[in-house]
Amino acid sequence: MKNRNIVIWLLDYGIVAILLALVIFFSTQSSNFLKLSTMMTILKQVSIIGVISVGMGFVILTAGIDLSVGSVACVTGVTAAMIMKSGASIPTACVAAVLLATLYGCLSGLLVTFLSMSPLIATLGMMTSLRGAAFIITGGLPVFGFNPTFGLFANGTVGGVVPYPVILMLLVFAVGIFVLEYTAFGRYIYGVGGNEEASRLSGVNVRHIKIMAYTISGFLSGIAGLVLLSRTNSGQPSSGTGYEMDAITAVVLGGIGLSGGEGKLPLVVVGVLIMGVLATGMLMCNINDYVQQLVKGLVLIVAVGFSNLSSKARIRILTKSQV
Amino acid sequence: MQDIILKVEGLLKSFAGVQALKDISFEIRRGEVHAICGENGAGKSTFIKLLTGAETPSSGSIEFEGVRYAHLEPRQAMDLGISVIYQEFSLIPYLSVAENIFYGREIKKFGLRDKAEMNARAKALCDEMGIDIDICARVGLFGTAYQQIVEILKAVAKNAKFIIMDEPTASLTIKETHIFFGIIEKLKKNNTTIVFISHRLEEVFEICDRVTVFCDGAYITTKDVSELDRKQLISYMVGRELTDVYPAPRNLPGEVVFEARNVGNNLVHDVGFTLRKGEILGFGGLVGAGRTELARLIFGADPMFSGRMVKSGLEYRPGSPREALISGVGLIPEDRKYQGLILGQSICKNISFSSLRRYAGKLGNIKSRRENELVERMIRDLDIRAPSAEQLARNLSGGNQQKVVLARILATECDIMIFDEPTRGIDVGAKQEIYTLMCELADAGKSIVMISSEMPELIGMSHRIIVMGGGTVVGELRKEEFSQTRILEMASSKLSPKE
Repeated sequence: MKNRNIVIWLLDYGIVAILLALVIFFSTQSSNFLKLSTMMTILKQVSIIGVISVGMGFVILTAGIDLSVGSVACVTGVTAAMIMKSGASIPTACVAAVLLATLYGCLSGLLVTFLSMSPLIATLGMMTSLRGAAFIITGGLPVFGFNPTFGLFANGTVGGVVPYPVILMLLVFAVGIFVLEYTAFGRYIYGVGGNEEASRLSGVNVRHIKIMAYTISGFLSGIAGLVLLSRTNSGQPSSGTGYEMDAITAVVLGGIGLSGGEGKLPLVVVGVLIMGVLATGMLMCNINDYVQQLVKGLVLIVAVGFSNLSSKARIRILTKSQV
Repeated sequence: MQDIILKVEGLLKSFAGVQALKDISFEIRRGEVHAICGENGAGKSTFIKLLTGAETPSSGSIEFEGVRYAHLEPRQAMDLGISVIYQEFSLIPYLSVAENIFYGREIKKFGLRDKAEMNARAKALCDEMGIDIDICARVGLFGTAYQQIVEILKAVAKNAKFIIMDEPTASLTIKETHIFFGIIEKLKKNNTTIVFISHRLEEVFEICDRVTVFCDGAYITTKDVSELDRKQLISYMVGRELTDVYPAPRNLPGEVVFEARNVGNNLVHDVGFTLRKGEILGFGGLVGAGRTELARLIFGADPMFSGRMVKSGLEYRPGSPREALISGVGLIPEDRKYQGLILGQSICKNISFSSLRRYAGKLGNIKSRRENELVERMIRDLDIRAPSAEQLARNLSGGNQQKVVLARILATECDIMIFDEPTRGIDVGAKQEIYTLMCELADAGKSIVMISSEMPELIGMSHRIIVMGGGTVVGELRKEEFSQTRILEMASSKLSPKE
């Protein structure tokens, strides 16, 4: 009985073991790896993807997907930069740009629900057109030379140790976990992803829930776009490319299935960390960019393959215990 | 001596201990149109599945053209010339008639499809059958009747000598049905054997030579259609005795709490009935009579195009299940796995799912103490058996799953509850528990609509029975008028084709 519980725990949290294994591996390879400063660098590096992953997690839990996150982050950064450059204050620019990002997310949600578009297609369209928009409004050139105080955020720290973006990411995760675990809305997110028809017949406004999920994703992508802008101090129309894939990878590593309704946000933190540890660790070991890509892809395949096998094993164990 | 094409002996099929077919033995003659009749769940579909190889008989044998088989493989059945035409078509809408006829067995020339040859053969086939149809047109452009004809052509092209038709006329108009019967006559002249399954008894008398009746999975009789009349046929179909004991509600129904007047949409039309406080109102009828569709309309899951509904003296017109639940109308759906439960979630989360707003605080946070109170009370009251409330719904037995769905609806504190096939697929013990619960609810003043295809249950539980057919109400029976024969007669009376 006790053994069985341990096995189930391992199957559920195997991803944690993978993270620990990676940390141990890299610390044997590089003496600098297990240092507080390295850990903070890793956290800071993943903070943008981390924030986006929370929104992506909401969308994927409803059995959808949001490919537009990278483009939304980019457009938000570029927009905020241009507004600031025109002389508006930092808060005005940020609020306006994030508001627009939220609207883009909402629009994706409307396309998916009211036009019954497949989430993949709807957000692919949003991704491509917003990228185009970013190039059009900037004329293809980076936007810089705005209020330099803005750059202080991404590079500032609390007590000289914890970077602000890391605090922000943890805050976003905390709120996301609260909403998913402890609110009615969170239950509906899981319900819609788990069984849309049963949820509708249970009195859930399915469209509303889905639109909200995409809206949240847009909002958080916008926030991430601001962090990115603050870090680079210039609005690049080509920034944020590939963020959608990184966020999907993190979410899936965290055990949230693409079919929706199953998985937990806390483990997505682990998924995000795995991505960061891999990137920084390989960099410190002087492994070149191409190999890094290869390894990232393989880790995704191995982790998900393992989790699928383990869920079959879990069902076997659980059904055995029933008889 | 008659030429026997198919002879089954002692066919028996059980699913998980339940006997779906019990010792079936009879013969079908070559070139006849042989009807198989029986109520819902009489075992007709299981029988077809054994003939096509979709299921393997538990015991018994099938003798086809003089060769005995213990069971058939799907491919083998096809090669023997056994073909089935289901209610849902297996045609590919974007391919032409000719391409569909030869789908999967394309005629090839140099490894490529020989379109000209296929068209020519399809044309010849149509001419032979006397069908005027453009063989190059896309199948998706045709109506149901012609799609059905293409299905038949497909079967004939495969040299099928034994064609099983499962409710072929269910969605045809009168005119289409006549075209269809014309084809059956042609097939008969070619000495093709046809097994015809239909709820429309008139059609059995019109087109069939002989009829076999199943009841509760058992073989009842085979007769020449000319020796029978409608009354006799029905009396064969309702063999089942009322052996189970039903816990009748003690109270008499009170005042009218719900009324539907001339309600309709694309699936049901002109439905009117009243429901009283504390009443169990049974809805009988055959599959496809429009009962589930009516339930969905009342519950706001499907739109209402005409008519009006009144609940407790107020106009009731739900735009969604959410609004229905808020107005106090709940539905326990027919298919609990796909419509009633979120299988990957715990018992607890399923039970509170429809009433979460009641336990939510200012931030939308669920007050877990109040939620747990509810869940514990429901588990106790309904006697849901599981190791804990954290057990996933997926891992429960059918009876316990049904109780969880019932608990979810009860938690919304609605006063009208619609049960769609409340005991389908659950074991005898759990059935009795569900019956007792329903009676307790009625005694507590809830009004219950019970849709059921099980006659004994319908008769045993209801205060009144409304019989539906063809998407509308065809009759109403008071308690003293209840009889299986009456219900079945009514249910099959209005099954004449759509105008």
